[in-house]
This record gives sequence, C-alpha cells and structure tokens, in this order.
Amino acid sequence: MRPRRGQDSSNTGPTGVASASGDLVLSSLTKRFGPFTAVDGLDLTIAQGSFFALLGPSGCGKTTTLRMIAGLEQPTVGEIRIGEHEITYDKPYRRPVNTVFQSYALFPHLSVRENVAFGLKRRRSDSVASQVAEVLELTELQGLADRKPAQLSGGQQQRVALARAIVNKPAVLLLDEPLGALDLKLRRQMQVELKRIQTEVGLTFVHVTHDQEEAMTMADTIAVMNAGRIEQLGAPAELYELPATTFAANFLGQSNLIRATVAQRQPDAATVALPDGGLVAVPSGRLPAGIAEVWVGVRPEKISVHEAADRADPAGHTAGRNRIPAAVVTDASFMGVSTQYLVRTPWQQELMVFEQNRGGATIFRPGDRVSLSFATEHTFALDAGQDAEAGIELDEALG
Amino acid sequence: MTTTVGQRPAGAKPATIPARRRRSAWTVLRENVVWVVAALALVYLLLPNLVVVLFSFNKPNGRFNYTWQRFSLDAWLHPCAAPGMCESLSLSLKIGVVATVVATLLGTMIAFALARYRFHGRAGSNLLIFLPMATPEVVMGSSLLTLFVSMGIPLGRVTILIAHIMFCLSYVVVTVKARIAGLDPRLEQAAADLYANEWQTFRRITLPLVAPGIAAGALLAFSLSFDDYIVTNFNASNASITFPMYVWGAAARGTPVQINVIGTAMFVLAVLAVALGQLAGRRRSRAH
Amino acid sequence: MSSAAGLGGGPPAGSPAAAARPGRRFAGVPYFLLLPGLLWLGVFFVVPMLFLLSQSLQTGTLETGYRLTFHFATYTDALSQFSRQFLRSFEYAFLATLLALLIGYPLAYAIALKAGRWKPVLLVMVVAPFFTSFLLRTLAWQTILNSDGLVMRFFRGTHLISLTSALGWTNGNQLLSSPLAVVTGLTYNFLPFMVLPLFASLDRLDPRLLEAAGDLYATPLTAFRRVTLPMSMPGVVAGTLLTFIPAAGDFINSQLLGNPKTAMIGQVIEGYFLRINDYPTAAALSFALMVTILVLVSVYVRRSGTEELV
Repeated sequence: MRPRRGQDSSNTGPTGVASASGDLVLSSLTKRFGPFTAVDGLDLTIAQGSFFALLGPSGCGKTTTLRMIAGLEQPTVGEIRIGEHEITYDKPYRRPVNTVFQSYALFPHLSVRENVAFGLKRRRSDSVASQVAEVLELTELQGLADRKPAQLSGGQQQRVALARAIVNKPAVLLLDEPLGALDLKLRRQMQVELKRIQTEVGLTFVHVTHDQEEAMTMADTIAVMNAGRIEQLGAPAELYELPATTFAANFLGQSNLIRATVAQRQPDAATVALPDGGLVAVPSGRLPAGIAEVWVGVRPEKISVHEAADRADPAGHTAGRNRIPAAVVTDASFMGVSTQYLVRTPWQQELMVFEQNRGGATIFRPGDRVSLSFATEHTFALDAGQDAEAGIELDEALG
Repeated sequence: MTTTVGQRPAGAKPATIPARRRRSAWTVLRENVVWVVAALALVYLLLPNLVVVLFSFNKPNGRFNYTWQRFSLDAWLHPCAAPGMCESLSLSLKIGVVATVVATLLGTMIAFALARYRFHGRAGSNLLIFLPMATPEVVMGSSLLTLFVSMGIPLGRVTILIAHIMFCLSYVVVTVKARIAGLDPRLEQAAADLYANEWQTFRRITLPLVAPGIAAGALLAFSLSFDDYIVTNFNASNASITFPMYVWGAAARGTPVQINVIGTAMFVLAVLAVALGQLAGRRRSRAH
Repeated sequence: MSSAAGLGGGPPAGSPAAAARPGRRFAGVPYFLLLPGLLWLGVFFVVPMLFLLSQSLQTGTLETGYRLTFHFATYTDALSQFSRQFLRSFEYAFLATLLALLIGYPLAYAIALKAGRWKPVLLVMVVAPFFTSFLLRTLAWQTILNSDGLVMRFFRGTHLISLTSALGWTNGNQLLSSPLAVVTGLTYNFLPFMVLPLFASLDRLDPRLLEAAGDLYATPLTAFRRVTLPMSMPGVVAGTLLTFIPAAGDFINSQLLGNPKTAMIGQVIEGYFLRINDYPTAAALSFALMVTILVLVSVYVRRSGTEELV
C-alpha cells in the first residue's frame, strides 16, 4: 500500500529536510476514514508564490487536505509533489512545509523567541538569532521576544504562530483557519497584514477557511470545496461573478436562483423562459450545454428596484437588461449602507435585493408594487439538476 | 481563623428573596454555614500539626511527651540525641529516594503507554494499576510477607524497597497519566511540523510539558514511601528500622521530643517549598 | 498551575515513542513501556496475593514448615473467632467515611466555589497535614484528647462526657482509649482523601449553572440538591472509596487511640503474623478482608453508576 518513500538524497539537505521548490501539485489525492471519504480524488496545482485559499464548510475535507500536505495525515490514494519532489509519505519534519495551526499551538513553556527559533534549531540552521530577529521585525513582535505565549493577546499569539512558520522559509506555508479565534476588527486587520507579509516573503501560502470574505480578501486563487471535491477554482472575482455550481453560488455570497426552461440557444444570445412564461436573456456562453432546465441566477446587489409599471406584463428583456415588471415588496430592512428587500414575483418566489443607499432613491415599503431589472451580463445559468439550496444552510450555520 | 474566612460573604442569593431584611445573627450564621463548617474542618485538620510543632519545644518530665511542661530548645539543639532516631531517619530518606526514582521511572513509562496507545490488554493493565490503590495496606504488607517467607528471602532494606516501589507505582501512573491526557496533541504536531523528529519532539516539547505531572507523582511517591508504616512493618527486620517504625516503637517505649523536631522540620520545609513555588508561579505570570 | 519551565527534571523515559500518535506504527512500543512496571506489580502484588491465598489453606508452623492441605476450616475458625473485630472494622470505617463526607463536603464546596483568590492557600491547608508523619499526628491526638486537655475539659464542663459514656462511645471519665477517639482519629487521618476528590469535581462546576438554577426558581437548597450534588457524585464516590478502603484495614488509630475492645481486624492480622506467628489464620483473615472490600467496592461502584473511576 505504501510505495517508495519520496526520499531523493540529492534533494535533501543536511538534516534530511527536502529543499524542494516549485508548484505544489496534488494528484488524485484521496483520504478515507473507514467508509467515509473525506477527500475524494483531488487534482490541484498551486503555483509557487501564490496565495491560495481552500474555502468550504466544516467537514468538506479542506482541513484533511491541509493535514495531508503537512504530513500529519497519510493519503489513502494519490500523490503530493513540490516541484519535482514527491513528499506524499515523508514525515512531517522532513518536508519543506510549515503550518500556522488553528488556535496556534504555541509551545507554552518556550518564550516567543524560542518558539520562533524552534524550527531553525532543529534544522541546525546558521545565524538563528539574526533570522529570528528579522522575522520578529517583519511581524512586529520585537518587543515581545522574551514573553511566554500566555502573556500575549490573541492577535500577538497569531503573529508568533505566523513568525514561527515563515522564519523557516518553507516551500509551502499552510494556514489552518488562522484568524478564526480573533474578533472581527482584529481579523480584518490581520487579513491585510497576512497579505502584506505574503507579498513581502513571496512564499506559497495555502489558506484553509470557511470564511468566504477572508478568502476573497487575501487569496489570488480560491478553490471552493464541498464533500471532498473541488466545486470550482478561480480568482475571487471570477468565482463570485460566475459561479459554476449552485453550491458555489450560495456559499460565496448570496444568489437568487430562478427555475427556467431554455427557449432559444444561439451563438450570440440565448433566452430562457421564467415560470411566468416571460423570456429573459442569458449570455449564451454561460448556458450549460445540452440541458433544457436551468437555474437562472443573479446576485442580490445586481438587481435594481423601480416603481411598478401600470400593466402587469410577464418578465422580459430589453436593451441589455432583464426585467420582472410585476412584483411586490414583502420585507424591507434598512441596513445603513444598503436596504435589503424581499420581493415576491408573480410566481410566488421571494427574491432578495440589496439596494445601495446612494441617497435620493425611494425606499420602498412592504406591500409596494415594484418592478425589478438586472443586466444581462450579470445573469448566469446553472444546471437545474442541482439542489438550489446547496451551500446555504452551511454558510449560515458558520456565520 | 473562623473570623478571617468568615468575613467573606456567602454567594449572592438568587432573586427569589425580595428586599433585604434586617439580618439577625441567626441569618448571618445560616448564610455562612458553609464557611463555619469549613473553618471547623480546617481546625480539625491542622490542630494535630500545631500540637506536633508546639510539643517540639516541650521539656517533658517523664519518657512521654504528651503533656505540656515548659518551653525548651533542647530537642532542636540535639536532634540526634534520641538513640537510633537519626539512623532510622536516614534509612527512610534513602529508601524514599530510591523508591521514588524507580517508581517514577516505571510509572511514567506506564502512563505514556496507557495515555498514548491503543493496544490489547489495556483494560487489564488499568485494572492492575487500580487494584493496589483499592487494597488495604495490611493486606499488601502481609501478602508480601508470605511471599518473602515462602521464598526464603531475608527481610530488610531490599524487601522494604520492593514493597514501597510496588505501592507507589500506581499513584505515579495516575498522576502522570492525567497530565499527559491534558496535553494538547497539536503541540506535538506543531513540533513535527517544525522539523523536530520523534525524539526531539519528546525531549523538547512532551517531556517539559509533562514534567510538572512527573514531579507531582514523584513527590507523592516520596511522601507515601517516607510515611509508610503498615506495609513496611510487615517487611522489615530489626536491623532495618525506618522512621515511622521508630515512632511506632517510641509510642510504646516513650516518645522523645526529637521526633516532633523531625516532624516540625519536615512540615516547615514542605510549607516553605510550596510557598516558594506559589511565589515563583505568581511572579512568572505577572512578569508582564 | 504554572508551566513546566522550571521543572526540567524527571527521569529520562525509555523511548521517544511518545511523540507518535495513538494506535500507530510500532505495535511493540506500548508493551515495552508497560513491561517493567506491570512485571513489578505482577510479581510483588498479584503473586503475593496467590501466596496469601495458598498460605491461608496450609497447615503447620513457622518452625516446622507449612504444607498446602486445603484446610478451609481455617477460614471458618478465624472468622468466627474474630467476627467482632471484623464487623467492627467495617462499622468504624463506615462511620469515619460518613463523618468525613459530612465534614469534607462543606470544606470542598467552600474552597471550590466560594474561596476566590484564597483557593490555593486553602488547598495547601488541606494538604498540609501530609507534611508531617501521620504517626506523629495520630500521637498528637493523644495529647489533644488526654484528660488534662481543653477538649476533655469542655466535655466535662458540658457533661457531654456522661452522654457519650451512656451511649457507649467513651468509657469512664475519659475520651482516650474509646471508640469515639478511634473514629475521630480515622476520620481525621483520611479526611484529606475525601476533600481532594470532592474539590476536584466541585471545582469543575460552572457557578453559572447555580445562577441559572436560581433564575429558574430553584431555592439554594433545591439548586444544591438538583445541580451541585448530582454533578459532584464522581467526587463523592472517589472520596468515599479513598476513605473507606484504607480505614477498614487500618490499625494505627485503634492501636494508639483505642483499647482492646476497639480492636480492628488489621490489628489481629498484624498480631497473628508478627507476634503469634500463626500464618494460616492471619492469611485467612487478610484474604477475607481483601475479598470483602473488593466485593463491597464493586457493588458500590456499580450502584453509583460511576465506573470510569480508574
């Protein structure tokens, strides 16, 4: 079951730690715990020097993936490589990978300085003191070097955990929900800081989180994981604007998904029929091939609310905008920067609408008759074979 | 003592009692009944220690040091004047140290095995650890005696040592095991992640973090060994009189004041050690 | 408690295997770690029990040697001859355990839930008696209870002594050499063993649970009965066992504070082994004591539903 140990002597340093560099490559990586498959045939290439986020609800397999890269868990099937160097079955202390643990796992009996120097000393590195000083400066911990972890605040502990890992200049730095234990304000601050440090040291960061905002703020590339598989991979904006699955559409932000039937499929434009029979336009490239039933999706902040027209027409599209003319506001909550509406369509579906408060616009009240419009280019379509609710309750449960 | 602790108010009453009524002495007593009983219990616990200390300064008239006569420093100035006592003390210390070292070593190994591994015979091992703690000393002592007599092993220091290691072992296991169980497994994973191999992880992370548990187990073992009379009495000879055996003999023949000096000195040393430990701990946590 | 920093000591344990995670790799490691210690317990705890059992069924004398004759009559003879001491041991142990629980619970409760920053100091006070030899402390009770002492004067002044004498707890005009003194000594000696486990379980109790109970219309007494007491049951069970077992086998207190009529079974066993040299009788009594205690303990633990004590 256990093939060759990836120990190429030409590639290992004096203390046996591989000094590989290059992209991190996972090939058909699978982990089963008894009958449960935590990670299911993952294929992934993470470019050297990038900030990569694995985003998903708890139990989606993202932490197991991380632990396999760290060497704390052994894959059932598959391979992990850094550049040309295979590390699949290397012990944790033999791979050029370091981890910022969830809740940090700082050594309570060692000072900040000793914590940070721990990895360097084990590798018998030269100039430990100066490397430690350098990284303490980078993480703004100079004044705290002689304190014990228990004497630090949560944010400071977080920095020590980060410093302790990056001082080793690993080929890959793993971050396991690194900001989960911090309060909201500190979290925002650390997001910016982490991104700054990553840019400065140029290491590959693999960041595991269930917080979509955190992932979108920091990562160059996000992989949305669900049930052991990657649902979608891409740049944050791309994932948000063009979700490929209902899970991605719901887990990253919120989406309105309306059941529709493909009416016309042409290279330059496609139309689909909404439940009231009205036709709306979808950029044809976004229409899944060979499928008649779809979910038409649009993000709440992409919808505009207008005063209702006199006639109760069915939905339609004109001049690059899709319209739903006859709707009724059922709920309006004023949120400061925006107003959130729930609006009932003629087919009795409630759509969510976020309207920016730019001033001057009418604020509608429950019971008001309104019409809705959204740009064709903000409209996407997903295979209706999927559950429209996928990813919703998980997102809510985790805040 | 009653007054100092009694001043602290009892816990706040829940909201069912309306306004504050005039508190009679009886109410105050009733609300502080827990403290009153606790204070009396502490008096009960500490009174004999006080007597031991006090009577180390006594100058008794006869052979027995039971009633207060007059103050004297004689016993403190000549602690070894009581014939045989210092020899017995030194024997107890030697046996205590050796028993502690061996029991701590073996017990710590067992604790790691039980806390860290799943293996066949785990339940049986736990039972074997538990049984000596659930067995009266008189049974342990007498059963060992039958073993030694049947095998023709002469009683003496070695048999005492064997017995002490045996009954200290379980206590060390329980103490160290609790400490290991409370250890965050992520700390060891973090060490492995930071290039420490199994031995380095054990040496630099696990052992230092379990050390307080091992130290506590060792202290417990030493005090059990040093203070044991019942088991020792079954496995000793006339040439191997430990300090508790000496005291027991003294209770019948006449109690020299010097035994109180030893009791007081150990008490003061232990209190000092605890106080210093607490102080050091407080300074460390306040070193902001 | 402070961290490990200062205490580098401790013996070098034999193996680096501790770093490995449970249930993985080298299957032999746990056995290697267990072997020396368990062997010690096997040879010097289990084997002696078998020797004790065998001894109790032998006949002969120490001078001429013993032969295993499966002489079960030793048991019936010994137990009928010393049934009073046997029963008295359990009676005193039971009384001492009950008293220790009644005294120890409020103390543990006060330290765990009301002491605030005095908690460490009070805990040290509970452990402090251990810092002096228990024989010396038991001898100190002779001083405390003797006929010139304050306690005796109080008993005489209030005529309590007549009451205790009438009840048979004391004899004549003195406190020493009486059942009362023996039970006082037993309770005293094992009280810390009661308080510490009680404290451990009460210390884990979240005070907000009691506030919640109060909020839900429970009087303090009901809150105690419905919340505190059930949650401290593991401590009660552990404490009563740690008190009862050694108290039942003890003979120090009855020897130093009692009289021949308060003799407990430990005294008989000790005397028959070491002075009378009637090994079979002593072994039979010893083995019977062991079995009785194990049976009582296992029934008690099972009925109290806390089998995870170990």
